[in-house]
Amino acid sequence: MRIKLTVNGRQFDRHVPADMMLLDFLREQGFVSVKRGCETSNCGLCTVWVDEHPVLSCTYPAARAEGKRVTTIEGVTPEAEEFGRFLAARGAEQCGFCSPGLVMTVLAMRRELRNPDEQQVRAYLAGNLCRCSGYTSQLAAVMSFLKGGDR
Amino acid sequence: MYTIKTYLMAQTLEEAYSALQKNKSNVILGGCGWLKMTRKRFWTGIDLSGLGLDWIEQRDGWLEIGAMVTLRQLETDPALRGLFGGILPRSVERIVGVQFRSCATVGGSVWMRAGFSDLLTALSVLDTEVELYHAGRMPLEAFFALPRNREARDILTGIRIRLDGRDAACCSMRNTATDFPAVGAAVSRCGPGWSVAVGARPMRAVRVPEAEAALAAGDLQAASRAVEALGYAGNLRGSADYRRKVAQVLVRRAAEEILHREGKQ
Repeated sequence: MRIKLTVNGRQFDRHVPADMMLLDFLREQGFVSVKRGCETSNCGLCTVWVDEHPVLSCTYPAARAEGKRVTTIEGVTPEAEEFGRFLAARGAEQCGFCSPGLVMTVLAMRRELRNPDEQQVRAYLAGNLCRCSGYTSQLAAVMSFLKGGDR
Repeated sequence: MYTIKTYLMAQTLEEAYSALQKNKSNVILGGCGWLKMTRKRFWTGIDLSGLGLDWIEQRDGWLEIGAMVTLRQLETDPALRGLFGGILPRSVERIVGVQFRSCATVGGSVWMRAGFSDLLTALSVLDTEVELYHAGRMPLEAFFALPRNREARDILTGIRIRLDGRDAACCSMRNTATDFPAVGAAVSRCGPGWSVAVGARPMRAVRVPEAEAALAAGDLQAASRAVEALGYAGNLRGSADYRRKVAQVLVRRAAEEILHREGKQ
């Protein structure tokens, strides 16, 4: 079937299989930052934004994205790099495989929540699993990023 | 992962309904979180997301929620925080993560009638009705009782909850923060009447009339005993005995939360 959508501000008009998920569509179009982790709708690695809302692209049918605005980390590079420096400064990036999904969720959270406390941040990020870090350094990086503080 | 041959972005409910009747292997797509875990082979996937079924409105004494409202919408809608003790946002806020809840829908959650559903446990203690496109409107309990084969060809378009001013609370026990509940409970109070439901036993949420009567009589101990007497089963998230113990605690906590709020007023 044919779908039209924008990814990172660029128009796409493509034929896709009816059962294709957004994750596979995006990777096929070259947005390889989008990672497949668990394949059970749990890990958050495949997080992208659809109309600014973070969703699991492994679970979102590509055909449902018709007419929508999709954003991947490639579309928010300067902001992602800024947060990346906070992660690196805390040694929180580890293997990096889950980072694109985490970054997209953190940036969505920054747009959505006003001055969140640590508990709210934990709740917002609960759907982003990391098998290396144990989350303490991630959380420290996120809190300092949100406060615009020292790296 | 399921397979679908053709995708229909329905323009009207009638179009969706007649597509559903055409072939037994046609399916209505909700949030797809559960469906994609199956290896089912579907012919047409019918998408309702173009039909504007994503409303949350209060009208004529009812709270109306469209089938395509996401769990994240339930969680963040400002009006819902002030209704029924905020039980609707609270019931879903621990389900997997923000991104999952932005995909999962109210319609899909109710239609599945899953034992682990936190939302169904909460809806069980509210005066909830389910709206089906063909069969029409019915109480949640009547929807639960529908035979799966016959009603399987219908479309859930939304739910509505009577705005009767009741207070409600829910809680669950989870082995890890974002896991399915090992067991869950919800309690509500409307005037002198109480409602109690226990979910994830791991079977679907049920009301506990004996516990409701006990709470109305102010006897928390007797309510606990009634919850203890329910049927439970074991699976990888907990044994039957474990669930029986924890369910009693959860029901008591939810009831005490309501009593505590009343005490404050």
